[in-house]
Amino acid sequence: MAAPSARMLTANRLKDGAVLYWKAGAWVEAFEDADKFADAAQAEAALSDAQRFVAANAVVNPYLFDVRVEADEVHPVKEREIVRAAGPSVLRAPARETSERGNPKPERSEYEI
Amino acid sequence: MYRYDEFDARFVKERIEQFRGQVARRLSGELAEDQFKPLRLMNGLYLQLHAYMLRVAIPYGTLRAEQLRMLAHIARQYDKGYGHFTTRQNIQFNWPRLVDAPDILCELATVEMHAIQTSGNCIRNVTADHFAGAAADEIEDPRPIAEIIRQWSSLHPEFSFLPRKFKIAVSGSPNDRAALKFHDLAVEIVNNDAGDIGYRVYVGGGMGRTPYIGFVVGDFVAKKDILSFLEAVMRVYNEEGRRDNLFKARIKILAHALGPEEMRRRVGIEFDEIRNSGTLALPAEELARIEAYFAPPAFERLSDEMPEGDEDFTNWLSTNVAAHRAPGYAIATISLKPIGGVPGDATAEQMEAVADLMDRFDLSEIRVSHEQNLVLPHVRKRDLPSIHARLKELGLATPNAGLVTDIISCPGLDYCDLANARSIPIAQKISERFADLSRQHDIGELKIKISGCINACGHHHAGHIGILGVDKKGVEHYQLQLGGSGAEDAAIGEILGPAFGKDEIVDAVERVVGAYLNLRAPGERFLDAYRRLGVTPFRNVAYGEDLHAAY
Amino acid sequence: MPLIRNGAFVEDRFFFVPDGKAFPDEKGVIVTLARFLGEKESLFAHRALVGVRLASNENPAALKADLARLSVVALEFPKFRDGRPFSWARMLRTRFGYAGEVRATGDFLYDQLAFMARVGFDAWEVRQDFALEDFRRAMGEITLAYQPAADGRRTVRELRSFPLSP
Repeated sequence: MAAPSARMLTANRLKDGAVLYWKAGAWVEAFEDADKFADAAQAEAALSDAQRFVAANAVVNPYLFDVRVEADEVHPVKEREIVRAAGPSVLRAPARETSERGNPKPERSEYEI
Repeated sequence: MYRYDEFDARFVKERIEQFRGQVARRLSGELAEDQFKPLRLMNGLYLQLHAYMLRVAIPYGTLRAEQLRMLAHIARQYDKGYGHFTTRQNIQFNWPRLVDAPDILCELATVEMHAIQTSGNCIRNVTADHFAGAAADEIEDPRPIAEIIRQWSSLHPEFSFLPRKFKIAVSGSPNDRAALKFHDLAVEIVNNDAGDIGYRVYVGGGMGRTPYIGFVVGDFVAKKDILSFLEAVMRVYNEEGRRDNLFKARIKILAHALGPEEMRRRVGIEFDEIRNSGTLALPAEELARIEAYFAPPAFERLSDEMPEGDEDFTNWLSTNVAAHRAPGYAIATISLKPIGGVPGDATAEQMEAVADLMDRFDLSEIRVSHEQNLVLPHVRKRDLPSIHARLKELGLATPNAGLVTDIISCPGLDYCDLANARSIPIAQKISERFADLSRQHDIGELKIKISGCINACGHHHAGHIGILGVDKKGVEHYQLQLGGSGAEDAAIGEILGPAFGKDEIVDAVERVVGAYLNLRAPGERFLDAYRRLGVTPFRNVAYGEDLHAAY
Repeated sequence: MPLIRNGAFVEDRFFFVPDGKAFPDEKGVIVTLARFLGEKESLFAHRALVGVRLASNENPAALKADLARLSVVALEFPKFRDGRPFSWARMLRTRFGYAGEVRATGDFLYDQLAFMARVGFDAWEVRQDFALEDFRRAMGEITLAYQPAADGRRTVRELRSFPLSP
């Protein structure tokens, strides 16, 4: 059975570009805390409501995006939204040389969401 | 290098105040976003996935230590402690706030830096050979004419609303280290038969959705006429470049649609009129005045003997140190590609430490290459061991310049609003896969270039191995192309076939490299083997039966 | 529509007449290029003040022979991103020596005004709520020019060579 899908609403804050998510008529920074809309009409209504924040020069470019709901977890469908929610996947590995023979294995966890 | 006079300083100051006004009007709502966007772009400020991104200009890739320190300060004060050096010799900061942007520009202005025209549909940063003024094979240092072009193109009232961006590169050597033929317009310093020095002008190169190699539109333009000639090209482009389709708006589309003969004819008409009017004549005194800024340091009489060192030093010498035109000197490449690292990134601490190194060894300038490394152009050979030792402490001595782990990569979907796929993790994985240095030396020269989308900021079309991130039904995939080159033998890479999944691409690259090692003639580079053998043997190994992505 | 000319609001002596419409009795008229080319002699015969509006894809070279008799050339910005009128204005001034009014009409930004003045515009059809103070401020934001255009302003290079000249 396919995971049920929902939509969420996001934008960037004008003054610093921070990623924001819609929650109950306002914006939060944490993806986990934001509203999930199972209902398309609700999602569209929220997007409409969000326009007042554009008019007030608080946010830019609000838009809806798809998420998957699985058990207790909500995941964006598109890689782009995963990255927006979690930040760059890139880990700044400490600089190392290759003077040793063989592959130096970095210590880092695999990025996953 | 060039130093601002009172006019340059005032110009930048006024520009900052103008931008401060624009930001204020945006925050107050007087300017809507679609009106503000072209204005902030012309000041180098993008809105990306997570935050704004500020692209600071580094004209023709040249910096003083003081400027490098300021970049470190900006990274620390206004950003997250690092910056990214780009394929156009600029630097990008990934986390500035819009409200801070005018202050950041103010601070940059104190060291004669700015972010003017690093984005927008205008003439962008003029890039140049990163070995300028130092390479033994150079006819003339291209940076004086690059500086003259920079000034002429700054807030040019006629050409600030072009159909699309416009990128210019300049080179003074027959060995093209500036990727001239992939630029909208390029200026190559050449000799004519009489032994005069003038400019060969190329037009219509470009990467992106429809890559093209530029063609010659001016065989030999006299020095005094070069600005008249450039203005002629710009006018033809401004008037006739396509404005109906964003993806067909670059001059490469116009130039190749018209063809070389017709393009030369149209440019010729404008050129004749502008030259005859005399308004843009470049007097020899002015060129000499600018050249004086770029006079090389007084080279001492030094022994040309290369000092010896340990195995690490010897390895580093073999790849990262190039011949200099003055005896006793060398050109040193500081690799920003540590194994598993983010290509082209440097921390504030690293930048400051390199600035200190420059002071300690009396090095007045440093360069940014379009391959996302730093270059010290005038190093005394006798200082190389000490410099290497210090770079090693800083994690900046990776001995891989030009080797397979010297990867060029755009920021990709980790940062960029335009991207389809992440590019940096792929670069990191390839780097780790090929980390073994003896293997890297066995492979030899191999330029891998990765772009996260068709905008091709990673220059993948010019990679010996090029990788393009694509979006297939919301999932990241990677298209492989082979045989590109950004040098004077410019070529666009050939696509191998269907894209690979993100867990497959690194294996595919390794198989391609393996095929090269099996099939090469003695001493043959990857690129040469590819040109001799054609795509088929590589295509066959890339798509092993059990290994290509299912669709 | 308010008109700014020579740095002040002025009465607009011209009326744009769309193709196919009749001309008003008074006032100068501005017509499209197509109409001008078709009705040129009758226009000049019956009107003292004649002007042409060029679309952004129309090269003013088409008016070369008639410029001496034209009181105004209006250059249209269909969208502020369309930068062709900057070249058209400059060519009118420097190549054809046009001394009449070069007027901007359509969609352009406050932030383009200074560029427009440099390439030879001297009149602007602006929004109803546009403040003259903004026009003056726009003109003064950048006082230096690195390159020649059409306004005869001394470039930075000239200022460097002759700093004390008037």
